[in-house]
Amino acid sequence: MSGSTKDQILDFVRSRYPQAEIDESQDIFALGFVNSLFAMELVMFIEKTFAIAIPNDELKIDNFRTANTMAELVGRLSPARV
Amino acid sequence: MTVIGVVGAGVMGVGVAQNLAQTGHDVVLVDTNEEILAAARATIWRNARMSRLMGGPALDPDDVLSRITTAVGAEAVAKADVVIENVTENWDVKRSVYETMDAVCGPDTIFIVNTSAIPITKVAAVTGRPDKVVGVHFMNPVPAKPACELIPGFHTTAETVERTRDLLTAMGKKAIDVKDACGFVSNRVLMLTVNEAAFLVHEGVATAESVDEVFRSCFGHPMGPLETADLIGVDTILYSVEVLYEHYADSKYRPCPLLKQMTDAGLHGRKSGRGFYTYAN
Repeated sequence: MSGSTKDQILDFVRSRYPQAEIDESQDIFALGFVNSLFAMELVMFIEKTFAIAIPNDELKIDNFRTANTMAELVGRLSPARV
Repeated sequence: MTVIGVVGAGVMGVGVAQNLAQTGHDVVLVDTNEEILAAARATIWRNARMSRLMGGPALDPDDVLSRITTAVGAEAVAKADVVIENVTENWDVKRSVYETMDAVCGPDTIFIVNTSAIPITKVAAVTGRPDKVVGVHFMNPVPAKPACELIPGFHTTAETVERTRDLLTAMGKKAIDVKDACGFVSNRVLMLTVNEAAFLVHEGVATAESVDEVFRSCFGHPMGPLETADLIGVDTILYSVEVLYEHYADSKYRPCPLLKQMTDAGLHGRKSGRGFYTYAN
């Protein structure tokens, strides 16, 4: 299940930045052209797509750097998924 | 306790209200209907929640929102010590709002014009207090931006400028002094850049992605001009270019037809979910 979570997140990121080569461990904020506004879009995408509410103390950039960390976050917040 | 009125709950008004509230000010935020105000409260709550993620301080969104009272109609800022006006860049709308504010506010209330292009002296002239009208050009997103332009009008007193500078300092902003000329420094340059970038897309010379990539990769800008247009609002860009065009009567400010068509089509950028790019709102 976490594979598909990761894939959905990667598809979303790639759809916004088609020119970049992004894999699951790529730090998207280190690419140089992804700004913090996109982090906000990621939060909204993840909450909507996986029907979870991310607690305020999890809203830190380190949770959103890679598809792996985002999938881990989703996994932590929705135990039924893993 | 100083009460700050914020008139206009669009992109800028929401940012100004949040910035004020998170720096301990009591805010009265007004707009023309309850629907807009409900959306504004939701946006402020969401943006305050995202603050740390965006590189700002960690905020309690309920605490931020508790400092903001919302109300319909500019009359609701009658008791404010300072009013920051952020209505649309349309002269008829602005004039009407200033006439209302001037009629209901006390004589010592300072009016801060948050405009990207309209001359401060022109706004001040429709009030009976041109000495207490001053321009501040906030940047978007307001809570995240460390500086703004501070623009006295022709009749603005030094006291008004200093009271305004103190408020800006309390909001965490450095005020950069600029004289009153349509578009100031930022938008004389930025709006022409965005407009020309839109022409490049309109003429098929480059895609929006390519235009922005040139600015990011070749010039080292954190964002390209068309991403910036989506952030500011494509409609706002068009209004600002039109203001420059009318004010200077100079054809170099002619608005790109693509900006007009996008505005008519509702492609207003991030706030509408689609502009030069599409967003997951």
